[in-house]
Amino acid sequence: MLSYILRRLGTGLLMLVALSMLVFILLRVAPGDPIDAYVNPNVAMSQAEMEALRTRLGLDQPLPIQYLAWLQAAVTGDLGYSIQRNGVRVLPLVLERIGPTILLMAAGLAIAIVTGIAAGILSAVRRNSPTDIGFSVVAFFGISSPAFLTAILGLYLFSVVLRWAPSGGMLTPGAPFSAGDLLSHLILPACLLSIGHAALIMRYMRASLLEVLNQDYVRTARAKGVKESWVIMKHAVRNALLPVVTLIGSTVGIAVGGAIFIESVFNWPGMGLLLINAVDTRDYPVIMGATLIIGACVIVVNLLTDIAYAAVDPRIQVA
Amino acid sequence: MRVAPILDIAGLKTVFRIGGRPVAAVQDVNLTIAPGETLALVGESGSGKSVTSLSVMGLLPKGVGQVAEGSILFRGKAGQTQDLTQLDAESMRQIRGNDIAMVFQEPMTSLNPVYTIGEQIAEPMRIHLGLSHKDAAAAAIKLLADVGIPDPERRARQFPHELSGGMRQRATIAMALACDPVLLIADEPTTALDVTIQAQILDLLQKLQAERGMGILFVTHNLGVVAEIADRVAVMYAGRIVETGTVAEVFAHPRHPYTIGLMRSIPKLGEATALKRQGKPLPTIAGSVPSLIQLPSGCSFAPRCPYAIEACRADVPPLYDTGTGQRSRCIRWQEF
Repeated sequence: MLSYILRRLGTGLLMLVALSMLVFILLRVAPGDPIDAYVNPNVAMSQAEMEALRTRLGLDQPLPIQYLAWLQAAVTGDLGYSIQRNGVRVLPLVLERIGPTILLMAAGLAIAIVTGIAAGILSAVRRNSPTDIGFSVVAFFGISSPAFLTAILGLYLFSVVLRWAPSGGMLTPGAPFSAGDLLSHLILPACLLSIGHAALIMRYMRASLLEVLNQDYVRTARAKGVKESWVIMKHAVRNALLPVVTLIGSTVGIAVGGAIFIESVFNWPGMGLLLINAVDTRDYPVIMGATLIIGACVIVVNLLTDIAYAAVDPRIQVA
Repeated sequence: MRVAPILDIAGLKTVFRIGGRPVAAVQDVNLTIAPGETLALVGESGSGKSVTSLSVMGLLPKGVGQVAEGSILFRGKAGQTQDLTQLDAESMRQIRGNDIAMVFQEPMTSLNPVYTIGEQIAEPMRIHLGLSHKDAAAAAIKLLADVGIPDPERRARQFPHELSGGMRQRATIAMALACDPVLLIADEPTTALDVTIQAQILDLLQKLQAERGMGILFVTHNLGVVAEIADRVAVMYAGRIVETGTVAEVFAHPRHPYTIGLMRSIPKLGEATALKRQGKPLPTIAGSVPSLIQLPSGCSFAPRCPYAIEACRADVPPLYDTGTGQRSRCIRWQEF
């Protein structure tokens, strides 16, 4: 088990290096120049001054040299300095933003897992009933609505029209910190983030449970005189969860994309907002640092998923 | 005078809804099983033998199959006789696994892969006998020993995938016997096993029956197994019983052309090679089982029957009593 985890973490590190290389190359082939965003448009600068600035920032070096220099510093934990934010160090900047993002994503995924699995079970058990059809219609819209659309519509409906929740931010400015305040700001973006995932989990859970309910061991459980509710909850659901666990693990990476939209719509002070600003201003070190940290989180979550899989299914040996 | 039966099925008709139309999967079925007796229900796939056993268990697929006519009288452990077709779902649940237990065909898929063997055997004892987790677990280990599984403590902690097919079938038998049922329904319990394991499982069932005195409804398509284990046999064809009697009588003197055909189709040792040398095929019953949706008029077997005459196609023949305790649904039974 321990050697398995170490091996997975080792491959995870290699994946991170590959990821950083990919992001690095993509950034440089994308149009746009950080110098353009860096300079104050109101101050006239000559071409020579621009080139001097480029040299000072190290942007005139060949790409492999730039990458290796970045990598060399990165392995020591130094992710460099932001080009745009007056030379703020990237690592503390990113770490300070990761907490709110993890909070938002964890809340969103928790809502998605609970509602998705519960709706999936209900739909499968009451197959073709109005409940099932209703859930399926809702799930269809949930899966096919892009995050930016649900985020803006949700913001308009629940904050502007109904005034059920604050329209943005993580805490009320100036007010002393309270968990209730945080929760009231968290609930709407977390719910909107969860919609697509809940819908996907519901469809998987429904299909998986319907298949399991036809299995011989479910008939065996009924033949033993197990109560119908227990036949479903104890004998069927645990087996039906197996493919759903895999799905949940692989949607975490996708949820990052949704979180970025939600954060920018709700002005949530997380990685997404940081990343969008960094992309706008071609702040290469911040983009690199943020993708690296997000990548590391996704890799760790996938590892945890595989370990959870082994816990649900005794036939899987992690080794 | 025979003892009062524990199971008395009379005029059973079970229908399935297929494409919105009710189709009789089983009709006019009469069966009795005495305490400690083994009745074999024999027939091809689709003859209605499994539907009959699921009707007794109350495990017909919900909304698709249901008992339309007839009664299933059953005398439980407490001694009271009830008509199972009249019971509500909850009363039926309390009988399942307790008074009537079932062993299924596929030991590979009929155990839940995510729970230990011990847990699965202990479960019915907790439900029906009210045993504590600890007592049920101890009883499960004893049951595993009873069905001949060596090192039962270790096996109880293992998961189904860690056991061989024969071991798993022993475990499902232990699970069925957990609450000491009056009636055991075994639905082709040896079909999925190889021949030596088959013989061991049959021996085990006979030994357990001698010890516990339960009645067994043994569903099979294998006449060799019938000869080995059963006291009486009922042969089913296209949803109806076509011949019943004691195993000795039916095997010595089959009174229905279908039974005769089935017995002829069993290759005898040496016969196959002899036939091959002569360039002749193994004997079979010509044609195939009719669709239940469109049964032929009159005797269902008539289209495949070498003895069929015009009168066979007129009406469904009744079960004729041959006077020796044997019954045959053939108008020409006296000629065999």
